[in-house]
Formats: sequence, C-alpha cells, structure tokens
Amino acid sequence: MVGKVDAAKGGAKSLQSPASNQASSKPDLSSMSTTFSFKTLKLKTKQQELLIRVTILGLVYILAFITRLFSVLRYESMIHEFDPYFNYRTTLYLTEKGFYEFWNWFDSESWYPLGRIIGGTLYPGLMVTAAILYWTLKFLRFAVHIREICVLTAPFFASNTTIVAYFFGKELWDSGAGLVAAALIAICPGYISRSVAGSYDNEGVAIFALLLTFYLFVKAVNTGSLAWSLASAFGYFYMVSAWGGYVFIINLIPLYVLVLLITGRYSMRLYVAYNCMYIVGMLLAMQIRFVGFQHVQSGEHMAAMGVFFLIQVFYFLLYVKHMLNDTKLFQALLRIGVTSAVGVGAIALGLGTASGYISPWTGRFYSLLDPTYAKDHIPIIASVSEHQPTAWSSFMFDFHILLFLFPAGLYFCFKRLTDATIFIVMYGLTSMYFAGVMVRLILVATPAVCLISAIAVSATIKNLTHAIRGKTSQTVSSKGTGSTKGLSKQQASLDQSIPFLKNGATALLLGAFYLLSRYAIHCTWVTSEAYSSPSIVLAARGAHGQRIIFDDYREAYFWIRQNTPSDAKIMSWWDYGYQITAMGNRTVIVDNNTWNNTHIATVGRAMSSYEDEAYEIMRSLDVDYVLVVFGGVTGYSSDDINKFLWMVRIGGGVFPVIKEPDYLVNGEYRVDKGAAPKMLNCLMYKLCYYRFGELTTEYGKPPGYDRARGVEIGNKDVKLEYLEEAFTTSNWIVRIYKVKPPTNRW
Amino acid sequence: MANFSIATVFVASISLLLALTHSFSLENPTDRRILVLVDDLALKSSHSIFFNSLQARGFELDFKLSDDPKIALQRYGQHLYDGLILFSPTTERFGGSLDVAAILDFVDSGKDLIVAADANASDLIRNIAAECGIDFDEDQSAVVIDHGSYAVSETEGDHTLIAAADFIQSDVLLGSTKIEAPVLFKGIGHSLNPANSLVLKVLSASPSAYSANPKSKLSSPPSLSGSSISLVSVVQARNNARIVFSGSLDLFSNKFFKSPVQKAGSSNKYAKSGNQQFATEISKWVFHERGHLKAVNVRHHRVGETDEPSIYRINDDLEYLVEIYEWSGSSWEPYVANDVQVQFYMMSPYVLKTMSSNNKGLYIASFKVPDVYGVFQFKVEYQRLGYTSLSLAKQIPVRPFRHNEYERFIPTAFPYYGASFSTMAAFFIFSFVYLYSK
Repeated sequence: MVGKVDAAKGGAKSLQSPASNQASSKPDLSSMSTTFSFKTLKLKTKQQELLIRVTILGLVYILAFITRLFSVLRYESMIHEFDPYFNYRTTLYLTEKGFYEFWNWFDSESWYPLGRIIGGTLYPGLMVTAAILYWTLKFLRFAVHIREICVLTAPFFASNTTIVAYFFGKELWDSGAGLVAAALIAICPGYISRSVAGSYDNEGVAIFALLLTFYLFVKAVNTGSLAWSLASAFGYFYMVSAWGGYVFIINLIPLYVLVLLITGRYSMRLYVAYNCMYIVGMLLAMQIRFVGFQHVQSGEHMAAMGVFFLIQVFYFLLYVKHMLNDTKLFQALLRIGVTSAVGVGAIALGLGTASGYISPWTGRFYSLLDPTYAKDHIPIIASVSEHQPTAWSSFMFDFHILLFLFPAGLYFCFKRLTDATIFIVMYGLTSMYFAGVMVRLILVATPAVCLISAIAVSATIKNLTHAIRGKTSQTVSSKGTGSTKGLSKQQASLDQSIPFLKNGATALLLGAFYLLSRYAIHCTWVTSEAYSSPSIVLAARGAHGQRIIFDDYREAYFWIRQNTPSDAKIMSWWDYGYQITAMGNRTVIVDNNTWNNTHIATVGRAMSSYEDEAYEIMRSLDVDYVLVVFGGVTGYSSDDINKFLWMVRIGGGVFPVIKEPDYLVNGEYRVDKGAAPKMLNCLMYKLCYYRFGELTTEYGKPPGYDRARGVEIGNKDVKLEYLEEAFTTSNWIVRIYKVKPPTNRW
Repeated sequence: MANFSIATVFVASISLLLALTHSFSLENPTDRRILVLVDDLALKSSHSIFFNSLQARGFELDFKLSDDPKIALQRYGQHLYDGLILFSPTTERFGGSLDVAAILDFVDSGKDLIVAADANASDLIRNIAAECGIDFDEDQSAVVIDHGSYAVSETEGDHTLIAAADFIQSDVLLGSTKIEAPVLFKGIGHSLNPANSLVLKVLSASPSAYSANPKSKLSSPPSLSGSSISLVSVVQARNNARIVFSGSLDLFSNKFFKSPVQKAGSSNKYAKSGNQQFATEISKWVFHERGHLKAVNVRHHRVGETDEPSIYRINDDLEYLVEIYEWSGSSWEPYVANDVQVQFYMMSPYVLKTMSSNNKGLYIASFKVPDVYGVFQFKVEYQRLGYTSLSLAKQIPVRPFRHNEYERFIPTAFPYYGASFSTMAAFFIFSFVYLYSK
C-alpha cells in the first residue's frame, strides 16, 4: 500500500495546485506505521483524503481483476477463442526454447506448404510479457504452469489499466475524475469483452500500453519534460510490440499536434514532447521485426513524419520571428516558408509513393476510414464478425450510461480547454468514429469514453456536493495550466440564488448514484452472461434450465492428436487453424493469420467445389483430413454452413470459376429442398450433412431437421466418393473426414 | 544328444515351413502360391505346357474348379495365395466366398491376376475386367474376325483364328528376345477405358480386324474395329499389383503353343507359333519376375556432412541419394538407368534434376536449396513402361536465415557506419563545447 501512496504522490508532484500536493503526507504515514499512539490515528483531512483515495484505488484494482474471473470459475482455467491459442502456443515455445529461438522461429506446421516465419510476423509484446511474468514467478519459487499465466495476463493488465486511468484522469481534470475513471474502466463491458481471464490476446495488454502512452504523452506535453516524453516513447514501443493498433497512436498524436499548431497552442513543451516521442519511439518501433521500416516507408505512418517536419518549420519560423522583429517581413516569410514546406512535403510524398518506396495505405487502413471499402474489396476482412459496422445496440450494451455521459464530459472538456482536455476530446471523437466502423474498435474507444464520462460524473457530483454543502464559491479544484479561466466561468455559472438548490442537488445526486449503480449492475450482468464464455466450450440451457456443456471442439482436437499421423495435414476453414495446431498438434493449410489470401481462397474453392474438383485441390495440397464445424444438431449457429457464403466469396475473389449466385436461389441462401443444385452438392454441404438425413434432431420434426437453420435439409442422401468419415464428435459439432488415396486400378 | 538333434530338426523344419509360407514380400517380390480356377479340370492337361513352365519356375499351382465351394482367397485376414489365374471364362458364379469384390480386393492388396476370357465369356469375367478398365465387346456372341491377317490353315474357316503380331515395344513386358512368330489368337476383343491411365495394350489386333458374330450377317458397323481392339492387355495398379487380361483362353493352350503358323498374305511360315514365348514372358512379368524395382536408403544431407538434418536453410547445398534395385527373379540387381529424376517440390517443382548413377544402383543429385522457404518435398516419380512405379516423397522444411546468419558488415554500408560514428563523435564534441565553453 505504501508503494501505491508513493506512486500517487509521484504523479501529483508535478502539479502546481496546492490542493493536490501531498508532499507532507509521507512523514506522517511513516510515523503512523512506526508509532501506534492514539493520537496518530487521528488523521488530518488531507491524509484522510489520501487514505480514502488509495483505498478506493486498491479496491478498484482488485475489482477489475476479480470481475474478469467469471469464466475461470464457471468453466475452468483455459484459453478462449481462436487467436489466443496461437498466442498460447508461441508463449509456450518462448518459455521452452528461449527468446532467440522464438525470434527465429520458422513454423512448418501452419500454412502448409508455405510455412510461416512466426518470429517475423507477430507482435511479440504479449508473449514476452507473459514469459517475463512466468520467469519472475519462477524466480520467486512459485511453481505455476504457463497456461495459468496466460489465462490471467489480461485481467492483470486490466487492473494495471485502472491505475493508468486514475493518473490520466488526474492529469486531465483532478484526482476525483481519476478515481471515477479508474472505477468506470474497471468494469466497462467494452473493455471486459477483450480482457476476461483466458482471453489471452494482444488487446489485453495493448489497451494498457495505449492508455499509458497517451497518459505519458499528455504528461510530457503538460510538463515539457524530456523524461516524460522519453517514457511515452517507451510506452509507445511497448504498444508497437503488442498490437497492430499502434497505428492509431502514431496517427492520433500527430493529428493532435497539428490541431494545437493550428489553434495557436504551439509551445516549447509540445515541441519537446513530440520530437522526442516521435524520434525515439520510431527508432524503438523499428526493432520489432514485424513493423520494421514501416515508420519511414508506409503510407499510414507518413502523417507523423509530415507533422514532425512541420513542427521543425514552425520552430524555425518562430526563431526567425524572434530574430527578425519585423512583423511585415515575417508575414511574407511565413507565407513563403509554410507554402514551400508543404510543397516540398507533398512532392516528397508523391515521389515516394510513385517510386514505390512509400507503400500505399493498406486495405485494413482504408476499411477503417471508409466502412464500405472492405465489403467491396476485401471479403476476408469483411467476413470476420468483429469487423462489421457496429450496431447501436452494441454501443448501448458496451457503454451503458457512459454513452450519455460522454457528451456531457465533452461539454465539461470544452468548458475548460487545456492541452490535455483537447487531447482527450480528440481521442474520444476519433475513436468513437472508429468504434462505429468496426465492432472490435469499441475496445479502443472504451478508455476515452470512460475518461470523458468520468470527468462528467466527477465534475457534476463535485458541483452537486458543493451545492449541498453551500460552498458554492469554492467550486471545482483548480489545476493544470490555463484552468483559471474555466474556474471563473464555473463560479459564474453556479449562480448562488437558485431556489431549492440544496434539495434539487440532493435529488440529482441520488439520481446520479442510481445511474451509477445501474451501470455497475449492467456491467456485471454483461460480463457474466455475454463475455465470459470461452467459445471453445459451448454452453446452452436445457429444457429444465440446467446448463449443458458441449465440449466437442476439444474432443475433436484430442481425437486428431491421438489418431492421425503426426505429419497429417488438416484442411479446415481458417477460423480453426490456430486451435488445430495448438491443441491437435497437426499441420494446417490455413489459419487465423490471414496473410496469404490466395491460399485461403484455394481452401474456399475446395470447400465450394464439387467433390471431384475438390479432390484434385486437396491432392495438390497433400490434405489428409478435412475438418468441418456443423451446428445442425445442437443449433450452434456460427458453424461452417453459415460461414459458407464467405468461403464462396473469398474463393471467388481469386478463382472466378466460383460464383456466388450459383449457391443462391433468388438471392436467398438456403439449405433445404429449394436450395441451389450446386449448393446441395458442394463439398461443404456434403461434409456437413453426410448421414444427417438419418438423424432425428428434434421431437416432432422430420429426420434431417437442421436446428441451426430451422429447416429440413434438401439433400438427405449424401454419398461421398473421395472422402470417408473419420470422426464425428458427440454432438456432431466437429466432423472430420479422411481424404481417400487415389483409386488403385484407375 | 538324440533329443537335441530331434529338436534341431524340428526347429529347422518349422523354420523351413515358415520360409515357405513367407512368400511374397518386399525382399522377395516374386509370387509363390498361385490359385488356378478352371471350368473343367481337363484344362489342366490341355494347357499343361503353360502350367508346367510356371511350376518349373518355382510356383505352386493350386488347381480348383471355379464352382468349388471351398474356394477362399484369404483366411483369418491372411491371403492364402499370391496370384490368381482365372481360366474359367464361362463361370457365372464362383464357389465359396469368391465374388467380384473379393477378387478386386485381392488385387487391391497387391496380388496378381491373370484372366482369360473366351468367346462366350460370362458377365462375371466381364465385370472383373470392367472394374480394371477393360471393356470386352458387349455383344456376347461377337469374336474378333480378321480377313486380313488371319492364320492360314487347311480349311478356309471364318477367319476367327488370328495371327497377331502387334506387340507392345517393351523389353520389360515381353522379354529382351524378340517374339518372331505371330501369336495365334481366337477369342473376343476388348477396348481400353480411356479414363483409366494404368491399362496398356500388349497385343493389339491388326487394322483390318473387327469384332462381330461370325455366324450372322453384319447388319450394322461393328462397335469395335481396327487396331483399337486389344487382344491382350495388362494393368499395373498403383500398388504395383499386376493384371493380365486375354480375350482368348486358347492362347495359352498346348494346341496353340505347338501349332505352326502362317499369317495370311505372308510367305513366312513358322514351325511354331509365338504363343509359348509370349505367354511365358507375360507370366514372368505379371508374377514379378521382371520389372520390379525397389528404392531403398533414401537419404539427404548437406554437402560435406553425413547426418540428415531435420530442416534446411535457404541456399544450403545438399545431396540427395537413393539406391534403386531391380528384382531379377532370384536376387536384387542394381538398376541402371540415366533418366531418374528428383524434384525439390513445393506445390510445383523448384528443382528438377536428373540423378547421376554409379552403375551400382546408387543415384545421387546435389543441388542448392532455392531461395524460398516453406515445406518442401524430395520427390522421385519414376514411372517407366512395365516397371513398377517408384514414387518417393520425403518432406523437409526449409527455413529462412536466422537473425545472426546474415552478413554482419557489408562494404556498401560503410558510408552509413561512417555517418553514424561521426555523428556520435560530433555530438559528443558539441555537448562538450556547449556545456563547458564560456
């Protein structure tokens, strides 16, 4: 606890405001811990405040961790989803073989026969973090399995994020806002969705790194300190090593600097902060193999470089202005200087792009700016459900009251514009736009939304409590540069003579507490019901309300591990690639690292072709087994039949022989008797529905009734010529087929 | 002592028995036990020359009537025979558990088969043939007639006894001695299913032949005609099981073996037909006395090393070695050829190289791994007419350079090294001057 007090104090030290200066608290605390006389227990107000603050922060820290443990308690300590299995596999490799082997790892078990250079195509931050945690615990003689570390990494970092959120909130507004921000972000569903125990994914640590980088940068801008700027560069380095979302930072910060330049808020603090952060951060980021020279070569990073040069020009012009002391001459120089700088920059960018030195924006980047881009051009991005545009309901689901507090917070921010609040406003607005483009980017918006909402909550409650206490003159604590203007305004706005002020304030306060408690209830409910299922073990409610567990995935992967030759190649849709390699320990053709579109399209083509054509493709890829996921028996809707149109689209994108209309009837996707003939005879249909026509799935329905789609299937008499059924799990969710060798006599 | 010697004899006899029963194996690919199914046991004497030649070469022939209820090809999952001769063209149903599926299963487990049909071949025989890509003329009464190259005989006849001389050009199939005399053939013709790439015509009819009922008048053009009619065909399955189909059972008979032959329109008169030589040679091939290859000791390593690595790096120099032997009927002899090629294959061959041979069966190719990483395969696909097909594939991953395997200092980068070090020095001097001047 003492350590945290130190940290809190360290954060507060740089502030000028006397209200939050806690320098005197330390000797008292230490004397409290040494001499336990009765008198020392009576703390001064400031000490009491500190104690309460630290206690709250500690509780929030613990809360953030334990609220993410639903899945461990309900199922078991295991890795969730798809991508985390790859992360787990690589972490295991890292801890077993050491860093250099990991760095140079060429994996021949995925993307057969192309292979994948794992070390050069991943963001190693997460694995290294987990490995360091593991080695630390091992050094401290705690014998834990690496899997437990992996499972709990995300909750641990979520807890750390709350601390960062506290300091960020304190930097933006005051310590009260910081506390509220920490509490809000600890349980915000938008963040929990990616950081429950077992969700061992890059985002788990990346949000921490993102917020840390932003906090340190804002701190650097506020103080103009080289040290904070350097720290933010290192935070950026950690972020780059952890997640591809770092592109957001390297574009938001230049944008922020540009806005400050345009609005005339340029200062030496900004100059120091940006230059140091950009240069050191860029050099550090180049050390990550996957990123490499992108900072100087790719279109996405050019904005940062342009702003870097612009700020130099700005500095130079200011210097000239300082030397010149002639406004008219300077105006002319300014025009020439800025025009030529922008001109030179544009020419350099044009030349770089034309010569191919600077790569154009990638499809992913385009699809962020233009929501319709992916749908038309890159089906592989559009096919992922978390890349879909966000529905309103999911905003409500993930943010709850924050959605309404967010504009209120913006209002407060605009009322007290500082460099810091401008930053958070820009962060909030841009990330909200991206959150609207893609569901998964709600995650990036969550910290901003929590911080801005926290400002709204904190400022409102503070005003209300002041109103109740009748101390309207002493309003919000003043802090930060340029806040005196806001202070006087707020004093003016809080008119002394409002009737029923106290009662009204009390009512509003109670209302605020009601809303916040609803938020807490909502968050817990969402976490428990929606975000804590591992998706590798499925759960359903039985007829009597009891929980039914479908453990078919692991059953299938275990079967693969035990029953297939160790060099068997397994073809499945790419979603299951990581799990098959991690749990089944077999070679896969494609996996979730969708780096080679043609290879995925080949698999999509095989799945959507007739059996004999598919057989040729499978022979050319040396496929031994084919794995499909089928939900017709259990009613599991995210199975391969429902994903099938994407296979057709992705396959057809590269091989025009596959045409989407062949699988549709009047633009409608069906599997029943009215389905398209090609649909009824393609490989995927046959593999999913092989012998399904004999099975009665639901009482009162004909045999071959598909519960996931709610129809009786159209082709009940599926005959396989080139494949044979090898294994079907107990609930038919995973079906594995063996590819027969070529016929002996033909 | 006496006990001991008895025991020795017992052990020796057991091992002899084991050696006898242990017949077809990779080490000794020639068949041993052959089941001969006949319609009529008289065939045993009428075709005795052919059978005797087999027995003389060491085969155990087990003659059974085709409707013998005790016929079984396998017992307790073990095959009782290594080869099967079906000289029972008219049988509609086999005795015992034998049926088309059992015979095909016999072939698919690597055993060999000779099938002889005849003018009134049963559907059973036709079905077996059809499953192997051979389509006998659907007209039950049709036989091959040739007014151009029939065998001259005392009576004019209906020209259904043919003197065929269109052999396949292959020393492996028909032996190195050329068959001089034409082969007498009297039976039905067949065509090859174009979808089957494994079936080969060994003896084809002359361009003037056609397949029709000699007793009735030809009302429509015959479905089979000319040299597309095959008289004798062979199939080598993917598992190297070998099958011979003959449209004539008489081709193997003593009568035809001994008969003199003269082809119509030719003045050459041979004292003895080519049948005996043809039948003997083709039986040598079908029972793996010839043309059986094996590849052993497949290995590869970096040049200058001997251990086989589990992974190669791009641009490594490597050597690939394989030993190929041919079964001579009694021992494995080195196979000598100059056309064995190895591929370094990943979806398509990146390296295709003819291997050099030391004439003792060892084939070597050395090449550089291409500058592409991935999971490669060493592939040897050796398919030559008549020989067993060799198809070797060995998987090996190829990795890119490690981080410390690149060149550390390259001369072209010296300006950059100079720039960075001079900047460092200049910065140090600048700091020094800036801090301590005044």
